[in-house]
Amino acid sequence: MNSKDIIEAALFAVNKPIPLKELRGIFLNDESVSVSQIQADLSQIEQEYVDKPLELMQVAGGYRFQVRAKYSPWIRRLWQEKPVKYSKALLETLAVIVYQQPVTRAEIEKVRGVSVSTSIIRTLEERCWIVACGYKEVPGRPMQYKTTKAFLNDLNLSNLAELPPLASLDEWLSI
Amino acid sequence: MGSVEASNLPENSRVATVGGEPYEKVPHDLYIPPDALEVFLESFEGPLDLLLYLIRHQNLSIIDIPVLKITQQYIEYITLMQHLKLELAAEYLVMAAMLAEIKSNVLLPREAKERAADEEDPRAELIRRLQEYEQFKLAAHSIDQYPRIGRDNYQATVDAGIDDLQKTLPTLELSSLTKAFEEVLKRVGRDSHHMVKREKLSVRDRMASILKSLGDKPRVFGYFCNVHEGRQGVVVSFLAILELSKDGLIELVQIDTYTGIWLKAIVA
Repeated sequence: MNSKDIIEAALFAVNKPIPLKELRGIFLNDESVSVSQIQADLSQIEQEYVDKPLELMQVAGGYRFQVRAKYSPWIRRLWQEKPVKYSKALLETLAVIVYQQPVTRAEIEKVRGVSVSTSIIRTLEERCWIVACGYKEVPGRPMQYKTTKAFLNDLNLSNLAELPPLASLDEWLSI
Repeated sequence: MGSVEASNLPENSRVATVGGEPYEKVPHDLYIPPDALEVFLESFEGPLDLLLYLIRHQNLSIIDIPVLKITQQYIEYITLMQHLKLELAAEYLVMAAMLAEIKSNVLLPREAKERAADEEDPRAELIRRLQEYEQFKLAAHSIDQYPRIGRDNYQATVDAGIDDLQKTLPTLELSSLTKAFEEVLKRVGRDSHHMVKREKLSVRDRMASILKSLGDKPRVFGYFCNVHEGRQGVVVSFLAILELSKDGLIELVQIDTYTGIWLKAIVA
C-alpha cells in the first residue's frame, strides 16, 4: 500500500487536525516514508481534491479534510441550530486580543473606550479561542489573555502572521 | 442606516423634542426614523464608535477633526440618548468632557514660547485613540470574514470502524466465573449480621410444664434438662425448679451426696 493512500485514510479517520509528526508516526519504523515523502503525498492529495467539495487544509493543529466553505449554506441546514453570529463587541474584543496579545482587560478597554463585559470573555474562553496566560507584573497583577491554537484551527489559519497586519498609520494619513 | 430627506416630512411638523425644546428642523445629518433611533444608538460600541461614525459620515479625516462641529454633534446625540432614557454609559459622558477640554485647550491663548515647547496638538491623544480604535474595528470585521469551522467549513471524517476492532472482548473461563461467585458468597458471609434472638422460653411456662409432668411420680432433675434447648433451656428449667421449690409446690430430695436430685410434687 502506498503512503499517500494511508495518509488520506488517516486524515478521514480522525475528526481533528493531525500534525505532520503524528502522520509520520503511523508508519512506525518504515524508513522509506520520510517526512518529505509525507509532505509530497499531502500536496498530491491536495491536488486530487481541487475539483471536489472537500479540501485538504493545513491549520495550526495540522492537516484536516473539510467541506469547502461554499457548500455551507446547504450543509448548515443539517444542524437544527444556526451557527452563532458574534456581536460587534465580541469581535472587537477578540481583535484586540489577537493583535495585542498578551493583553489585559484594562488594555482592551482602553482601545475600545468601553468596559469589557465578562460574558464576552467567558464566551471566547468557552469557544476555546482565548485563554488566560498569566498575570501582568503591574499593580493589581491583572490577568492576561492570548489566543489559542484552536482559534487558528477554527479560522483556517496556520499561524497569526496569516492575518492581515493592522492598517498602518500611513494609510490613515492618506484618507 | 437609511436617512430620510427632510423634504419627505410634512411641513412644520415637530421633528423631535430634545431636553424639552421642540426641534422644528431636522438637525443636519441627524435624521433617523424614530423607531430605529433606539436601535441605532444602541448599536454603537461606545463613545469612540459614535465619534468615528460622526467623523466618517461626513467624510472628514480623523487627522483633521473640526473639534467644535464634532463636539456639538456628539452632544446632540448623547442628549438624544438621555432623552430616550437609554442607559447612558459613563464612558459617553467622559468623552463629552474630553471633547470640551480639547476645544477649550484649542481656544486658550498661549505664549508663543510655551506653544513651541508644548508642540502637541491638543487633539493628538484623541486622534491617536480614534485611529487605534478604527484599526481594531476593521480587524474585527476582517476576522469575522475568515471562513470559520462550524459556520463555513465542516471537518470531513468517515467512520473508520476502528472502535469495533479495538473492543475485542476478553474470553471468560467458566471456572473463573464460579470462583468469582464463591468469593462473593464468602464476602456476603463475612458481612452478614449476627442477629441476637431471644428464645421464647419463659420460666413461668416451664414451671407449669414441670408441675404437670411431675404429676404424682417423682422425676430426677436431669429429666428437665433438654439437650435441644441448650444452655438457655437448662437455665430456664433450673430457675423454674428453684421458683417452684420456693413457692412450696415441689420437694427436692437427694438420697446421698453426688446422687441424682429428685423432684416430687407436694400435694396440698
